Amino acid sequence: MKKVITLFLAAVMLFSCAVSAAAYDNAELFAGLDTEYYTRFKDAGISINVYNWGEYISNGEDDSLDVNKAFEELTGIEVNYTFYATNEELYAKLRAGGASYDVIIPSEYMIARMAKEGMLEEINLDNIPNFANIDPSLVDMPYDPGNKYSVPYTWGTVVLVYNTWLVSEDTDVETWGLLWNEKYKNNILMFNNPRDAYGIALKKIGFELNPENTEQIEKATLALKEQKPVVQAYVMDEIFDKMGAGEAAIAPYYAGDAITMMDENPDLAAAFPREGTNIFVDGMCIPKGAKQKEAAEMYINFMCEPEVGAANCEYIGYSTPNLASMELLDEEITSNPIAYPPVEVIENATYYELLPDELNKAMDDGWKSLLADDENFTFWLVPAILLLSVLSSISIVVRKAIRKRRQYY
Amino acid sequence: MKISRSTAMPYIIWMIIFTVIPLILVTYFAFTDGNGTFTMANISEVKDYVAVIFRSIWLAFVATVICLIIAYPLAYVVSRASEKKQKTYLLLVMLPMWMNFLLRTYAWMTLLENTGIINRLLVMIGIGPFAMINTQGAVVLGMVYNYLPFMILPLYSNMTKIENRLIEAAQDLGAPSRKVFSEVVWPLSLPGVMTGITMVFVPAVSTFIISRMLGGGSNMMIGDLIELQFLGNAYNPNLGAAISLGLMIFILLCMSMLNQFNEEDKEGMII
Repeated sequence: MKKVITLFLAAVMLFSCAVSAAAYDNAELFAGLDTEYYTRFKDAGISINVYNWGEYISNGEDDSLDVNKAFEELTGIEVNYTFYATNEELYAKLRAGGASYDVIIPSEYMIARMAKEGMLEEINLDNIPNFANIDPSLVDMPYDPGNKYSVPYTWGTVVLVYNTWLVSEDTDVETWGLLWNEKYKNNILMFNNPRDAYGIALKKIGFELNPENTEQIEKATLALKEQKPVVQAYVMDEIFDKMGAGEAAIAPYYAGDAITMMDENPDLAAAFPREGTNIFVDGMCIPKGAKQKEAAEMYINFMCEPEVGAANCEYIGYSTPNLASMELLDEEITSNPIAYPPVEVIENATYYELLPDELNKAMDDGWKSLLADDENFTFWLVPAILLLSVLSSISIVVRKAIRKRRQYY
Repeated sequence: MKISRSTAMPYIIWMIIFTVIPLILVTYFAFTDGNGTFTMANISEVKDYVAVIFRSIWLAFVATVICLIIAYPLAYVVSRASEKKQKTYLLLVMLPMWMNFLLRTYAWMTLLENTGIINRLLVMIGIGPFAMINTQGAVVLGMVYNYLPFMILPLYSNMTKIENRLIEAAQDLGAPSRKVFSEVVWPLSLPGVMTGITMVFVPAVSTFIISRMLGGGSNMMIGDLIELQFLGNAYNPNLGAAISLGLMIFILLCMSMLNQFNEEDKEGMII
């Protein structure tokens, strides 16, 4: 009996393998593509290193398209895919050197910063025919004039996520002031990164999203300090857990992730503050020193294929800049006002601009003083303490040695 | 003598590449600015963060003391048990360490939250809810939970070396159990206590993810501060290196003071 079952199981497994192999031919996807273009490097044994955000590509889970695998199958180029958590982490990694990447996907303010510091390779748009699919309203933006360095991958806005169960109906949710509302003391989450937190604080006190001088930053720091008593926690990805469980009532976050949260917890809703919000674009770039520039451009072009772009956006929940992909997406997705907000919201939204070094520094200093109670000490205090520490360490060692020698005699 | 030196070669090479050279680099970065010119500004700037440094040290100190209080009796009981039982106990101590560090800390987050499991149970029996997450207490709890095995293991391995004969001898000579402990067990277990303190205090003082997850981000610790220098907005590895250097020197001081204690209490004892 046992044997029969094993045989049966083996047969089932074989059969299912055959089925999945047949289904996984991607023939349908490849049919409309320019195979001549994509198979140029077929037998060259090339591999490219792609460095992207975590959970930021359709990866074959839940019957989605495995984009990297399809690319490998089509072009014969191997994809080494790794990921990072923040723009700053990506920047630090590239600045430190040692690692070589061919495609990276930073946000627009980081693209501007990297381009300014000469960390990006110019992209040859002739090699990316699918660039024509990109929404003209997202092309040639101030962060990258003429799209010399980047091809938009996704875009989105920052929204206020709130729990309809915990936030009373008469509360005005369409304002950043909601995050300062005493009524929700200890029920408010805030961004745990200075740029986003300062953007909100600046907007709340009536300035622009991009600070113009250190004075504005100081005022924003004061506003954030004033907010601190009502904030439950400063979070990034922990927000999924906390908002999902109803642990907090209000939080600002990225629209794409807000949609993911709302899918998981139907009590959640999102609103656009009328002061105006931040609009961001994550763009595909090629870092300086990339070894396989043409293959990288091919990868970028592949990501702009209508089907691929649609699969990605369906999976990650962010908005697509690809008009051809948008046509393929479900009505349900494209009509979602959080992912594709009305024109007024977009017009009222601002991009982050590249800040001069002194403003970046002022922002970081303010952020640190916000999270760590600031107390003033004199200039020489720490060097003196450290010197004292070293001296006393040495004296202890010396004393020990002397005592040891005494024992000999 | 020759043999022992050549067998240590792999480690020596390892140490030079991965400990000595990075240390030199950290020192170099700490004393230079972005362009590589010598400056004391980074080291001096550490003064702005004295509050953070003291908070880190205080929390790590509290966590170490709690670890010691919990681990000491346990290690003693385990070391006196039969060999078979010892193995089971040790397995139980090690078991949580098989799980990923991040996962364990994340689990505490869901346990401690206001709508978390503990508070829900408390509400069910009519008390609470208590605000547990996002407090310094939660950070200490996370440290104690994560680093407790590092206290138990050295204590245990030290205490198994305390022979029962010595304890019996003390008892035969009429020492009350308090005396047996203070005159025999405690002095003999001191090296284990020192190692345990070192192994808990050093990682606890420089931890960063625990304070972020359980402390709500506003209980910034020195580890978070160093991380911010590298992954923050302004990208200032020089200041990060200076803070790390300060922390290292401070730990060095703590360790040598501990050794000093050890030396004076028990002359000639090897750690």
